[in-house]
Amino acid sequence: MPVTLVKERFPSKVGEVTLGATAEQGGTRDSVVVVGGDNLLPFLHFEGKVVHRPVIAMEVTDIVPPWNEAIKAQFGDVLDNPAAWAKKCVDEFGADLIYVKLIGADPEGFNRSPEDCARVVKDVLAAVGVPLIVVGCETPEKDNEVMAAVAEATAGENLLIGLAEQDNYKSIAAAAMVHKHNVIARSPLDINICKQLNILINEMGLPLNKIVIDPMIGGLGFGIEYAYSIMERARLGALANDKMLSMPMICTVGYESNRAKEANESVEAFPDWGELADRGVLWETLTATALLQVGASILVMRNPAAVKLVQHNIADLVEVAEA
Amino acid sequence: MGLTGLEIYKQLPKKNCGECGTPTCLAFAMALAAGKGALDSCPYVSDAAREALDSAAAPPIRAIKFGNGSVLGDETVLFRHDKTFYHPTTILVHVSDVWSDADISAKVEEVNGLEFDRVGLHYSMDGIAIVNESGDAARFAQVVQKVAAATEKSLVILSDKVEALQSAVPPVAARKPLIGSATEENYETVVALAKEQALPVILKANGLDALNDLVEKAQALGYKEFVLDPGSRKPVETLANLTHLRRLAIKKKFRPFGYPVVAFTTKNEPLDEIAEASIYVTKYASALVLKASKKGQVLPLLTLRQNIYTDPQKPIQVEPTLHAVGDVNENSPVYVTTNFSLTYYSVEGEVEASKIPSYILPVETDGTSVLTAYAAGKYEPEKIAEALLNCGVVDKVKHRNVIIPGYVAVISGKLQEKSGWKVIVGPRESSGIVSFARSLSL
Repeated sequence: MPVTLVKERFPSKVGEVTLGATAEQGGTRDSVVVVGGDNLLPFLHFEGKVVHRPVIAMEVTDIVPPWNEAIKAQFGDVLDNPAAWAKKCVDEFGADLIYVKLIGADPEGFNRSPEDCARVVKDVLAAVGVPLIVVGCETPEKDNEVMAAVAEATAGENLLIGLAEQDNYKSIAAAAMVHKHNVIARSPLDINICKQLNILINEMGLPLNKIVIDPMIGGLGFGIEYAYSIMERARLGALANDKMLSMPMICTVGYESNRAKEANESVEAFPDWGELADRGVLWETLTATALLQVGASILVMRNPAAVKLVQHNIADLVEVAEA
Repeated sequence: MGLTGLEIYKQLPKKNCGECGTPTCLAFAMALAAGKGALDSCPYVSDAAREALDSAAAPPIRAIKFGNGSVLGDETVLFRHDKTFYHPTTILVHVSDVWSDADISAKVEEVNGLEFDRVGLHYSMDGIAIVNESGDAARFAQVVQKVAAATEKSLVILSDKVEALQSAVPPVAARKPLIGSATEENYETVVALAKEQALPVILKANGLDALNDLVEKAQALGYKEFVLDPGSRKPVETLANLTHLRRLAIKKKFRPFGYPVVAFTTKNEPLDEIAEASIYVTKYASALVLKASKKGQVLPLLTLRQNIYTDPQKPIQVEPTLHAVGDVNENSPVYVTTNFSLTYYSVEGEVEASKIPSYILPVETDGTSVLTAYAAGKYEPEKIAEALLNCGVVDKVKHRNVIIPGYVAVISGKLQEKSGWKVIVGPRESSGIVSFARSLSL
């Protein structure tokens, strides 16, 4: 006897955000990336349509990053050259986007000037045809200067820039409005702050379809369950027509997962944990695949071997099931 | 569950005898509806009423127990934020009877060794699924006994052939394996075998409609110890089926699907397979059979399972006692933090990375983080001072300096006064500990 299945009919959908701009649109990208748009819970094709598949942004830093050797070795000799590094991510590893993190701006570190940072971004733009995400060094005052310079130097490219946070959003939102970019709104695993921040940014005049939510995930083994549930609630909120929760979500998977000891320690140090080669790759991979199940739209990743596995996982999930 | 007090009252004897401990039948019915009290305390309830009330009160997904303490199902929500998930996916490693005896022994040994300790928790692989791929009943029975003798873990015994199950299952029935699979073609015999041996059995059909028919027919044989397999072997279809089964069971109380569900991975590359398995661990598989069994591959999956099945209302805590990191001595720094597991282990990881042997004292905050605890009045200077003076560190170090989280810098003066220790304000985030520790001169 045929079973009557439960198919949800949601009143709304996740908002769409377009990243990048082609020459016709005032930028220089070969093509744009659109995220969001789904009117269903992740990958449940029977009740809606996966309009835009989740995408992977690969992380590129402006100075050689302090990552473990297992990851760095996969990039060869490009880690001191952001443009060549970005090109490798796109050409060899199939990155949909490049996420440039300007850690060289850190006043406690290299303290690079906003102009130098903008130049790095321009170099990366020249080297690849995919849209860019650009963030600073997580020092709010410095980032405000850096991102203002980057936003101006790349006007028209329709970047996704960050980070706007509850106590520091005005400067970056203004830069995005003036120079026509999108903004990452980051809130610390808190759905109310998340909504509040979106409201504040929106009140400044930046449209909702120019905002992407960063819920500040925890990595596998270190609080991923909090991110999992916050994101699942946000997705349900978006589908239930809560406009201030309806933006696509970006997750800093590579950063959070690779902070874990489990992604870095050798089998010699922890014999019971098994070989680091597989463990490290899977630590990042499962952080990504678990969050895909609760609605991640943009996964920021760093380990090419993990990127490949997540690409397979996404391909399996967006494949339309036979009726 | 699901019935109102009045609906329950109609089924009761209405004697108002009070023998159940509640003065009237109506009051008793109201208590039952509120989930308090048990129907068993009524000595006069009729069998018909008991059956009607039991089935209405039964959980939406039946609990199925097998093997060495494995429990499947008995879930009540679709989303963990609605309450919690109760029974973590039981994960079993595939062993085939076409392999050589040496390969089988090695695999079982490997699975036995899948025990992990991290962040104060212990994880292990649940068991082994022995699969009859040889088609040979005698060989299968021999392998099943061999595996059973070599491991204490839970067993699943899988064959398409009735004869193979009939010869392999009875000798190991005392281990209470989960057996399968009963299909449209063989369900009468296979369910009869399960019933006779009192074992749970997998019902497998191709698609949900066929599965519904099969469950109805199998239930008609007077048995209910079932685990469902909707037959799909593609990730996107398995995700859809697992979701449909869970939704119908929870939202519609659709009885034929009120059983736990087993999923099987299909990817051959171990790392792809673990990524595939992560879909089923997050979305509703009660049991999962996979091939990968290397430690470095299994630990990430077991970690994800532990994370997803953590009760959102009960944060994991560590013992609020003095912890030593590294080879400590009388000059080692002393950090205080909270007893929320994530907070503690973030601090511990960074202290370890600083390569400076140190003491860490997690103060009892009911498992809340620094800011939450402070906001709730659970991280007051008086309490920290008391913990510091009573934890034994006084006799272990000769200095009197304590490092507190940067977020509660405001309590420094009071803590110094209450404890008599010099208070050093540490970084706000644990990620700042390494550079902080190196700059520290006590």
